[in-house]
Amino acid sequence: MEQPLLELKDICYSYHSLEGETPALSHVSFRIYKGEFTAIVGPSGCGKSTLLNMIAGLTAPESGEIIFHGGSPEQVTQQPCTLTPSCPRIGYMLQHDHLFEWRTIYQNVILGLEINHMLTPERKERAIQLLKDYDLYKFRDKKPNELSGGMKQRAALIRTLVLEPELLLLDEPFSALDYQTRLSVSSDICSIIRSTGKTALLITHDLSEAISLAGRILVLGRRPATLKCDIPVRLTLTDDSPLASRNAPEFKDYFNRLWKEISDENHRQPEFSGKI
Amino acid sequence: MKTTDNLSFQEKYERDCQRKRRMVILARILLLAVFLLLWEGATRAGYVDSFFFSSPSQVLLCFAGMVKDYSFFTNTGITLLETIASFLLVFVISMLSATLLWHSKKCSEVLEPYLVVLNSLPKSALAPLFIVWLGTGINTIIVAGISVAVFGSIINLYTGFRQVDGEKIKLIYTLGGGKRDAFFKVVLPGSIPTILSNMKVNIGLALVGVIIGEFLAARRGLGYLIIYGSQVFKLNMVITSIIILCVIAMGLYEGIQVLERCYRKRI
Repeated sequence: MEQPLLELKDICYSYHSLEGETPALSHVSFRIYKGEFTAIVGPSGCGKSTLLNMIAGLTAPESGEIIFHGGSPEQVTQQPCTLTPSCPRIGYMLQHDHLFEWRTIYQNVILGLEINHMLTPERKERAIQLLKDYDLYKFRDKKPNELSGGMKQRAALIRTLVLEPELLLLDEPFSALDYQTRLSVSSDICSIIRSTGKTALLITHDLSEAISLAGRILVLGRRPATLKCDIPVRLTLTDDSPLASRNAPEFKDYFNRLWKEISDENHRQPEFSGKI
Repeated sequence: MKTTDNLSFQEKYERDCQRKRRMVILARILLLAVFLLLWEGATRAGYVDSFFFSSPSQVLLCFAGMVKDYSFFTNTGITLLETIASFLLVFVISMLSATLLWHSKKCSEVLEPYLVVLNSLPKSALAPLFIVWLGTGINTIIVAGISVAVFGSIINLYTGFRQVDGEKIKLIYTLGGGKRDAFFKVVLPGSIPTILSNMKVNIGLALVGVIIGEFLAARRGLGYLIIYGSQVFKLNMVITSIIILCVIAMGLYEGIQVLERCYRKRI
């Protein structure tokens, strides 16, 4: 049987304040296999981002285990930084590009290499190559404010990819973009991730985005969140692009099923009309 | 697109902007000229007693005398030296302290009320203590200069460091960095505008502190000339020294502005 790249076992987590304890995640378990593009959807505040923070090692779960490559869980939960040779490399894309305005695009792209003392000529060359591959080479000496939102998000992805992560965590990376840019950038970024064969875990509020990009969708329930269901997405496609997948005949059924899963039982369930 | 006088709208906009800028400069010069003329005229006509209020011509004569006997150079030089020394020490102390406070939340929670009290304290009240502890000399004056600016500077810089976007710091952690990387890659470069505006305030405050120190514990410097002049009724000397102080304050502020412009050009 194939060993999962990442396994979460019985993860529990609560937020603490002087007003009291708020349980966020309750016994969440799932596995991610190499090469998968998985989306996590769920209501606002259900702990999706907290889950990614835990996988990245930024926050430790209160109970449960996070295991990479079947290794011991201690190795993972203790490490705040993910770039030690014995650990799988994890790339994390945040909601905003967070390119530093005092650095050029190239300097932003190599930020992770600088931090990890990995600035070798080969890696610099790879950063240049990625900039060339994704049409940002001629903007390498520009400051972020001279680029469009989509270009900045691509630069942010290159900043993550240049570290050659095994697993990419995407925390609503398109939500700050306008709708039109969002469609094209999500399509671009999905193509880049697929072409590099990376394993990716995407958090999104946009059900259409989840269906069009991911091969599998995990639905989290309301707080304290549990894993409600795990839906594999199989679309009949004429073209492999995420934009084309929105026109697949099964798209509407997936949308309605997802909506049913995440919507509150007290609310009326809107039927998908076909407009994306 | 052309306007009626055959200029493009952009050219017309630029011309209007230039005209407004020139008008502001002209108005500033005119205001000063009118003030000087009224002052000179009023003293010559006898409306104002030049013994108490001096006059522009007497200030010029006094200035020429100070240049001739080199007292201008020695006194201005010493005040400038003390101010720059205080300013640089304030910069170093406040940067190090704000970094420590940023690094240790516990430390900042403990020290916060002390900093607020020390910042609110009128620093001139401390000057007599400095004289007793350090004697009358350049050290006391530099310490007086530091005391005026340093506490406010620490609070401002620390607040600036704390206001750096938490998500940018998170990014550093996601890239495998630690607190040190967060400080040097995000907090410090992200706080440069705050540091520069803080420097602008500090240069003025350092000058205030140095003049307070010179009032009480100096035998040289513009503060000493002002206090000495007022005691022996040499009001020409007092006013000339105040005008030199104005020029120094403007020059030092402009120096920081140049630094700020260089930074903005790089961004």
